[in-house]
Amino acid sequence: MSNQVYNTYLLRLADDTLILGQRLSEWCGHGPILEEDIALSNIALDYIGQSTNVYKQLASLVNDGRDEDAIALTRMESEYVNALMMELPNGDYGTTIARQYYYSSFYLLYLEQLKNSSDHFLAGFAEKSIKEVKYHLQHATDWILRLGDGTPESHSRMQHAVNGLWPYLGELFHDDETDMEAVKEGWGVSREALKTAWTNRVNAVFAEAGLTVPSEAWYHSGGRKGSHTEHMGFLLAEMQFLQRAFPGAKW
Amino acid sequence: MQNELTTHDIWSWLSEVSDPEIPVLNVVELGIVRDVSISNDIVHVVITPTYSGCPAMRTIEEDIVEVLEEFGVKNHEVTTVLFPAWTTDWMTDEAREKLRMEGIAPPQKGSADKGLLMGRLRDVKCPRCGSTQTSMISQFGSTACKALYRCADCLEPFDYFKCI
Repeated sequence: MSNQVYNTYLLRLADDTLILGQRLSEWCGHGPILEEDIALSNIALDYIGQSTNVYKQLASLVNDGRDEDAIALTRMESEYVNALMMELPNGDYGTTIARQYYYSSFYLLYLEQLKNSSDHFLAGFAEKSIKEVKYHLQHATDWILRLGDGTPESHSRMQHAVNGLWPYLGELFHDDETDMEAVKEGWGVSREALKTAWTNRVNAVFAEAGLTVPSEAWYHSGGRKGSHTEHMGFLLAEMQFLQRAFPGAKW
Repeated sequence: MQNELTTHDIWSWLSEVSDPEIPVLNVVELGIVRDVSISNDIVHVVITPTYSGCPAMRTIEEDIVEVLEEFGVKNHEVTTVLFPAWTTDWMTDEAREKLRMEGIAPPQKGSADKGLLMGRLRDVKCPRCGSTQTSMISQFGSTACKALYRCADCLEPFDYFKCI
């Protein structure tokens, strides 16, 4: 197994959930109703916990003196390799839900394959995370149905949200050289191979919600190479503030 | 002081360590302590988190070390493992009954909630009056491991320790 490929693979996995977890945590104290405030904060905590587990594994492999906190919180923007969708602002509640639905429906399929990885850590990580992501997907699905099939206002906002995020999905389903190498070596998951099952699931849920599935093929990319949107710097400024101001600070 | 120290002693000491978020349960009956062993005069304790982001893990580790030191164990090592992944099925019957007495509906047995994604939820009994006329308010509650329910008979809201 190539160490560089494996480390990059871990970093992407962890960065996706760290950045999305950071974004979601912005809803803490601002949720539209108390139950949703609690739900999104819980989901954010699951994501950050999952990323911690992967950063820990990475820290033990690179062994350069950085622990999981240092890896998570002290890199430069161009060193983060999350998919762009994760760093986009939360927007209105429809946009937050659309992203949760898109990501958790993808992520569950991805983890279900990763569970069969020949790599002991990745298989175990997937088995643990699946239990949590099932609840995330159920939560997002409930809201897609409720808002899509709700009032004219909620329907139009939900449709607007799923359209707006659609061009960020391509990055999740793209296999680049790292993914292809990982698949070839038997421990990685082909993202492209998940597309059919994912499309079928989304079509069924959107039909029930009365939403039109967007069809645009072009998509934004760059996150895996460290080229981010203009939103990323602001997110990092907030997330990294404490470790930048007080290096090595511990709770 | 460590003459004839057995893993049995250690298990019983660890039963004194309560979960910081659900203090009515100890970390052994909750299934968080996975293994205890002694080799070369070092006591090894293996723990696993309930949820990936469980914020109580560090406190639990510190509490375990404190108890070991209280009983004179100087050489110890607490390791956290992720797999096999924790499941509510590991919770003992005594633990379930303690939860119920605390007003928290215990998790049902058979963790794989197949109906979860289909929106089919199993009957959850009200821990207060035993009624099954209950409904879920939110799948997420006061801690990562609990959902929020309401009883239609006694009208009380309650926590349900959800299955994973």
